[in-house]
Amino acid sequence: MRWLWRCVVLIAGVAGWQLWASAAGSAFFPPLSAIVTRMHRMWFSGPAAHLFLTPDATANIAPSLGRVLAGLAIATVIGLPLGIVLGRSPVVTSYLNPLLQFARALPVVTLAPVFIVLFKIGTQMEVATIAFGTVWPILLNTIDGAASVDPVHLETARAFRLSAWQRLAWVIVPAALPKAFTGFRLSLSLSLILMVFAELVGSSSGIGYEMSNAANAFDMRFLWSTIVLLGILGYLLNALLGGAERLLLAWHSDKGRD
Amino acid sequence: MGSWLRGTTGIAVFLLLAEAAGRLGIISRSALPLTSAVLARVVLLAGNARFLADFGATVEAWAAGMAITVAAGVPLGVLLGSLPGVRDATRAIVEFLRPIPSVALILLVSLLLGPGLRMSVTLIVYGAIWPVLYNTIAGIDGVDPLAKETNLAFGFSRLATIRMVSVPSAAPFIATGIRLASAVAIILDIAAGYITGPINGPGIGAFIAQESTGAGDLTVILAATVWAGILGLALDLLLMAAQRRLLRWHHARLGEAE
Repeated sequence: MRWLWRCVVLIAGVAGWQLWASAAGSAFFPPLSAIVTRMHRMWFSGPAAHLFLTPDATANIAPSLGRVLAGLAIATVIGLPLGIVLGRSPVVTSYLNPLLQFARALPVVTLAPVFIVLFKIGTQMEVATIAFGTVWPILLNTIDGAASVDPVHLETARAFRLSAWQRLAWVIVPAALPKAFTGFRLSLSLSLILMVFAELVGSSSGIGYEMSNAANAFDMRFLWSTIVLLGILGYLLNALLGGAERLLLAWHSDKGRD
Repeated sequence: MGSWLRGTTGIAVFLLLAEAAGRLGIISRSALPLTSAVLARVVLLAGNARFLADFGATVEAWAAGMAITVAAGVPLGVLLGSLPGVRDATRAIVEFLRPIPSVALILLVSLLLGPGLRMSVTLIVYGAIWPVLYNTIAGIDGVDPLAKETNLAFGFSRLATIRMVSVPSAAPFIATGIRLASAVAIILDIAAGYITGPINGPGIGAFIAQESTGAGDLTVILAATVWAGILGLALDLLLMAAQRRLLRWHHARLGEAE
């Protein structure tokens, strides 16, 4: 029954847009069918050997995804270990805390011109923007998680003579992971925002770049296609993360997601 | 007071190291300006009429956007949280709308409304409403059923029970959602100004975009970035203080869903 209702409402929404847009004939709101046709023609009508992707899709969607993943990977590789170290060293953290809070509050978009000068326009600058923007939620949440390890668990591990590495792997990291995932979820949605922003500001490929071409040409169907595509990518990445979370945190009572 | 002292020491050491790295040539001065030069410019900007007007415009858009976000997001969240059937049915639509990165709408909305306050506020509401909505729903979901049943047993109506039991007990979650939303709002506020602003738009983002055209003086850009960070931090501290004061009576001060 639940699924039925969801489908009914979704179909009603889609049909409502289609009917309203066709009737209104506004240049700004093309009917959904026109957008989907355009998306298919532009990106998904390629040969089967290329997974139906057109050259335009491989030239723009792939680099965008690559930048998001590279930026997130850098942020995770830095944020996770550093967060665990800092979470276990409250004194060091108390020295760094104002700096960390300030860095987190910094709207990273203002640094785009700085990154453009430091890295020149292109992939490096975009990955740097994404990594710099997404490292803070991961880092701060991991610090939180690692700091809140149950002392009784640690004492028990010591009593059983687990080595420092074993305690890290079996007690501290598992205790910090749920919090780290909260941070990672924030970082994921942030990474898409920063990817689009960086590509709008300085790029010669990517979905953001296509988007700015579409706006300059006042091609509304093209512009809407990029918006819908970003929605789909965001949905898929979120679903992927949700799956990974369920897999990794299956043992944890408070899985976070509803 | 110890943590204040340590935090201040941390900031001082960081600034001195950055200055030393610049003076000793570890970081090339042509790449990044000296810390002292940036700090001097931070002070100067406080007396710059054009920057102050842009700073004010950013705060104005943030305040208007957040007011609408809260006024729309909290009641909607309470409604969807109290009516699981409706929430379930609309879920598919919400799950497709939410992942669209709000920056992706900047170009569309700027073509529709033109740069300025209306555009910024529209984008802020679209981006910031999700954390408020999700946290409100999570908060309402987590209300102790026994408390609700008790209230109903005393003869209060469902509406009165929502007002007397559900909303107060969800308040910490709602407050956390508002804080998350505020961070998103500042990023969007500045990103929108940056992308549409080179031609005389309002806001810190527009200020930075104008300063970075042509040769681009990184000293001014970094100084404006510092002010943006101070603004972000100040607004977060303000919301946190308000949350502490308003929720003094609550047993769980900090609710967190996402």
